[in-house]
This record gives sequence, structure tokens and C-alpha cells, in this order.
Amino acid sequence: MAREEKKKDVVIVGLGWTGSIIGMELAQEGLEIVALERGEDRETVPDFKYPNMIDELRYGVRVKLMQPPALQTLTVRRSAAETALPYRVLGSFLPGRGVGGAGTHWNGLNWRPMPEEMGLRSYVTENWGEEIIPDDMLLGDYPVTYDELEPFFDRFERVAGISGQAGNINGRIVAGGNPFEGWRSRDYPMPPMPPTYDSTKFADAAQAMGYHPFPAPAGIASTAYVNEYGMQMGPCNFCGFCERFGCYQYSKSSPQTAILDALKRKPNFSYRTHAEVLRVELAEDGKTATGVTYYDESAQEEVFQPADIVVLASYQLNNVHLMLLSGIGQPYDPATGEGVTGKSYAYQMNGGISMFFKEDIFNPFVGHGSNGQVIDDFAINQIDFGAEGFIGGSYWRSGTFNGQPIRSMSLPAGTPSWGPDWKAAIKEWYGHAMSIGSHGSHMAYKTNHLDLDPTYRDRHGRPLMRMTFNWNPNDLRMNQFMKSKMEPLAESMTPDVMQSGFKDIGAQYDVRPYQTTHNTGGHIMSESPAEGVVNRYSQVWGQHNIFATGAGNFVQNTQYNPTGLVGGLAYWTADAIRSQYLSNPRPLV
Amino acid sequence: MNEPPGFPSRRSFLKASAATVAFSGIAATAQAQTAEPPPPLEDYEPEYFTAEEWAFILAATARLIPSDGEGPGAIEARVPVFIDRQMVGDYGSADDWYMEGPHDAAADPLLGWQSPLPPAQVYREGIAAFDAWCESEHGGIFTELAPDAQDAALTSLQKGDVGLQPEIRDFFTILLQNTKEGYFADPMYGGNHGMQSWVYIGFPGARASFREWAGRHDTPYPLGPVSISGERA
Repeated sequence: MAREEKKKDVVIVGLGWTGSIIGMELAQEGLEIVALERGEDRETVPDFKYPNMIDELRYGVRVKLMQPPALQTLTVRRSAAETALPYRVLGSFLPGRGVGGAGTHWNGLNWRPMPEEMGLRSYVTENWGEEIIPDDMLLGDYPVTYDELEPFFDRFERVAGISGQAGNINGRIVAGGNPFEGWRSRDYPMPPMPPTYDSTKFADAAQAMGYHPFPAPAGIASTAYVNEYGMQMGPCNFCGFCERFGCYQYSKSSPQTAILDALKRKPNFSYRTHAEVLRVELAEDGKTATGVTYYDESAQEEVFQPADIVVLASYQLNNVHLMLLSGIGQPYDPATGEGVTGKSYAYQMNGGISMFFKEDIFNPFVGHGSNGQVIDDFAINQIDFGAEGFIGGSYWRSGTFNGQPIRSMSLPAGTPSWGPDWKAAIKEWYGHAMSIGSHGSHMAYKTNHLDLDPTYRDRHGRPLMRMTFNWNPNDLRMNQFMKSKMEPLAESMTPDVMQSGFKDIGAQYDVRPYQTTHNTGGHIMSESPAEGVVNRYSQVWGQHNIFATGAGNFVQNTQYNPTGLVGGLAYWTADAIRSQYLSNPRPLV
Repeated sequence: MNEPPGFPSRRSFLKASAATVAFSGIAATAQAQTAEPPPPLEDYEPEYFTAEEWAFILAATARLIPSDGEGPGAIEARVPVFIDRQMVGDYGSADDWYMEGPHDAAADPLLGWQSPLPPAQVYREGIAAFDAWCESEHGGIFTELAPDAQDAALTSLQKGDVGLQPEIRDFFTILLQNTKEGYFADPMYGGNHGMQSWVYIGFPGARASFREWAGRHDTPYPLGPVSISGERA
């Protein structure tokens, strides 16, 4: 028999970016709120303090800020013909753990989607017709437009503290910014970070080829900054420890630096750590949730937390898993196309070129996660999909983000992996290499989806979630297109050695090397309950008092890092709850 | 090394924070290492490996990162100590990994680690199986072979030509990975002794403060490394 806690107005599952945002916004309404976090508490001091945090082995390699698969993982197969096997060791993606979630250890690349990406199906059909959409592609429009979301993107950028250079203010193109971006109502809250040597080399070469370089938008403070919640950030010192690390000096945008200390001071907000939610409990008629049941690690028992509103704000994979375990939405069946939960899982399609310059000195340890110059000349709204034979696009970036030698020892192809020649090469090339990355879109397909595994169980006896995922020819063609365009640019920089790293047509998904933690979909937003799990306000179609935030809402992934859209949607959802739902709880659509 | 003019020393800061660092339990070890030379690797008493396995680790890492030429080898960097300590830590026992069965150790390698064995056990069984192969193919266990034969044997191991059982097929991969980790990780883990590998390639370790260097393009960084516990080289 589960222990029962005192009822709250709101229970939030997961205290990362979106849990913190929803918590703060609803706390301002005076609601009694509790957030449940399965991991430990995390604060800049003492958890991220210098010099302990500057430890590549512990955090970069052994990934000690991430979710240990021993506690939670999923199984993976490339097709329905395979038996899915557990993702036993973290590699391809790194779900976060603890207060702050993935928002503590990201690189800080904060992008808005393009307006065209929010209505991608319409954009494609209007320009090229339905016939260019592959049969197996679940191409969709988001049920909310860029114009509607713009104020919420702006809000998130101001709360998180983003450094950058606007390219389009209310339709006016601004020199030095991205001329292809959607309109923004005003500039970024902080100016861009200064560029390192590799990024200026790239920008000069791109400019010479007629492209349009601009500084990457960074969740990294370029100046001192205070946000609307009174939270302070200090300017970044280019320590080079962003990705996989907490920031020791309050420079990187995170729930810790932007929201949590202010939220923790609210008397009507509380949170419990080591509280892993096992399922959402539904009322007998199934039309609402009554609360959630979680496992209290310290008491070693199950606890029922009743609440009027349930917000699923945990990581995309966990949100979908909880829905599958709780009977929220009908599970998606790729054979019939029916069902919605687990549908439209998508990822990210990346490639890049490494360049080696014997005489150039790059000081690769001088960097930060969002460092660099970017071009968007091959973005989704710049490519003729009909002529090129794929749907998608990418942005290209060059800039040093970590020079830690275990993980960032880039050597020319053909260098032996050990022995005297390897030892000579690390001296010869460390500090003399730079790269250009292509960060590309990834579409949703009928075959790529999430459901429950028939064999493997977690420590609570629950079935693991099963991922069925493989690369699709459409996205591989996009990647190969980027290779064909990037190689001439790299060659124009006349490196001593260069090598391309783009997945070939027919490439199989490999769970071992890190790719991105941009897992999306599974509880997508939709115009109708037949198409997705949540409506345009991230409200679950079947149970109006459940809201689900995060990248699980993505209809398909954009060409950008997802946090800007995740943050914007969280503010959009918080606004809908505040302005429409609280006064009259009901389905909002 | 002397601090160049214009670059404020962090020595005073590190001294001031020494009390704080001591609470983490790492300063004392590192300072003791600096104060007196550590025992030669032959005299080191491994926490995990048997004497025969330790001899293998010494011999194998010495071929993976040899001592000849410029820069430290795995032996000078005390990489074997690092690997031994990793074996008795949560890495060696795969504490963070999902190790529940059923296991399909022969699955497509692209699906990642599927062995039922944690890394420490893969080392134990891998060394034994590899030595048996060396004996039959090269006429002696690994440590008895001449350096050229050792390199040839390691190459066979890397290529998958040794015929290891699927449960231990990743033996070479983790041996090489752990060797490089021990070479480049902070010295508090037992390898990278004296931060020699950081000095060799020009990585400043835990300095982690380079605001002014973002704008100093194509210019060498002048300062040597510091470690997490405050060592300098």
C-alpha cells in the first residue's frame, strides 16, 4: 500500500528546464506546487565548483552527471525484424539526471526554429506538392505557428540569458546577424561572445564564397546579466568545460543560473529529490489524472502524490515511457498507423569536416559550448527540396568548444591508433586542428518509434521502453548534400590535411559514439487526438489536467538544437495554463 | 615554471583554497606524490590485478604508448596504476551500466556493450585468453615475447584475429581506451604522472580561465598545466 502525501494543486515530474519554468510561472499564481526529481539536488556551489568540476575523466568520459543505465535505460533495435537489446552503456545520447536535468550539462546552443519548420508540411506542399514527400515520412505542421510563439521565444531568451546578434528584427535585416532567421521582436539580451581563431578563419572563408556568417546564439553570458527573476549570470571565461559539465561560474544558461534559486525561495513551491515517478494515476473514468505514484528512494517505498494538475516535464524519453506505462494515449502501431504514444520519434543528422594546419595555433582548450561562427545558407528555407531530392537542411558552425585531450584528440586519417606514430602525432597535431560541423534536421517516419519492450525490465519491474530507429535515406541524402557543399569551402581554406565525416547512404544507426542528446517526438503536438498525444497547448488530448512539456512535443525535429523551441513551448504552455485553464479547467481545444 | 609578466599567478589562490580542496580528499595524495617519488611500477602492489596480470598490463601499455622518442610513455605516465585503480572502482564493476540479462554477447557491435561481464572481468578473462593465443601462435605468453612480436600480437588482437569469445571481444578496445584515459586524465587518478602528457601536447589542465585568449589568435599559450589538486608542471 503506497503512502499518500498531502494533495497539491500541481505536481511536476522532473526539475529540468521545463519543470523549472512551469514551476516558477505557476508559483506566481499562488498555487501549491511540488516537483519530483528522481536524481539528486544540484547547485553551482558545491556541486559544480572549481576545480573539482574541471575533471574530464569523471564528467566527460564517465559521464557522472548523466542518467546511469543501471537505474534507467531503454532497448534499441534498427528495425522490427531485430530483437531489441538494452542500451547498457551511455554513448549515442546522454539523458541527464538530477535537478537541472539536461539543462546543466548542455553546450548552450539556443536556437529558435525557422518559421518554415513550424509549418513544414504546408511549406513543402505549397512549394513542391505532396508528391515529393516520401511515403514513409510523417511530415507534419506544428499546430502552433512561429508568429504565435515569438513572444515566448523572446521570453525564454531573456530568462535564460542568451548572447547573440539578431539578423531580423521585425522584418528588418540586421547586418552581422542571420539574414535567414525568422523575425524577432528585439535583439538578444546580451551581445555575442568574441570569436576564437578557428571561427574567424571559417567566417572569412565563408564570406569569400558569398555566404553569410554570424555568431552562434549562445546560452553563455558574454557580459554580467540579471534576468526578470533576479537571477545573476557572470561573463564566461572560455574555460572549455561546457558539454557534460556544470558551469562553475554562473555563466552558462541553466535552470540553476536562471530560475532555481529564485524558485526555491517561493513558499508555495517545494521539491523532492530521489523521487522517481513510476506512473501517472488516472481517475476511474480515465478522463483526468488524480496524481502520480513515485518511488521514495530514502524511505524505499511507493508514495502517491495527489494533485489537480500533473505536468510531465521529464526528459523526452522518460515522458514517453511514463505515458506508455500509464495508459496515456493509445500506443502507436507502425503496422496500422493507428495510435499516437511513441509515434514520430526523431533525432538529428550531423556531419562535418576536420582540417589540419601545421603552422596554425588554435589553443583548443580556449572555448565554450556555443562558441563559433555559423552559416545558415543551407538552411531548410534555402534549399530547393524538389530539385535536390530530400526534405531538410542544416546549419554549419566552426568554433572550439572543448580541447580536453581524452575526447578531443583529432588526428589525420591513417594515423595509427597506438604505438610510436600515434604518440608522435598527438604532439604534432594537438592544437593544430579545427573543424566545421553540419547540424541537420531529422524527419519523423512510420518505422521510427517507441513502445514497451517485451523482455527487459527496470529495477522496479517495469518494462523498459523500446526504441526502433534507423537512419532514413531522406536524411542521409541531406547529409551527403551538405558534404558536397562543405568540401569546397574547406578546400578553399587550404589545410594541410582535411577529412570528411558524413554518414554514407545506407548507414546503420550505431549506439556507441556520441551523436546528440536531441531525442524528439513520441508525444507530439497535433491538430486532432488521432494524430498526436497533446494539443497545441501541450495538453494531453485524453486527460485535460495532464500537460507534457519538452522535445517529446516536436512533430519532427528541426535543423537546430532543440532547447530554444523547448523553452519557448514551455512558456507558451505556462501562459495557456495561467490565462485559460486555471479559471476553467477543461480541454483547451 | 616562472609566470610570464602580466599574467597574475594563481598560486596564491590555490594556496588560499587549499583547505577547501583538502576536504575533497585528493590534495593529500597528490602532494605526497610530489614530495617523494612513487614506488617503481614493478614494486607497486596492484589492488586488482594478479602479479601475472600486472606484468601483462605493464608490457601491453608500454607497447601502446612506448617510452621511446619525445614525450612520456605509458610507463613514465604510470598508466598501469590508473588502470588498476579503475578496475576496483565503479568503472571496473560496471556499477552505472545496465547489466541485466538475457545477454546476446554476439550481437551486432553497433548495438553496443552486450557482454554479461563488467570491464574488470573482461580484463581478467581477456588477458588469459590472449596469453593462451600468444603461446600457441608466438611460442610464449605476451610478456615473454620480443617487442616486435608483442606489437604483432596486439595488432592481431585489435583486428579481431585472436578468436576471443564474444563476451570478451571488446578487450582490446577498452584496454586501449583506458590506456589513453590514464595518459591524459587528471593525475589524481594515478596516471598522467607529473602531468607529463599535458606538458608534452600543450594542454593546460585545470587552469580553466582563458577569457583574454579568445582574441589572441594564432598565438601560443605560455603557461604550463595545473592539476585539480594544485600541482604545477
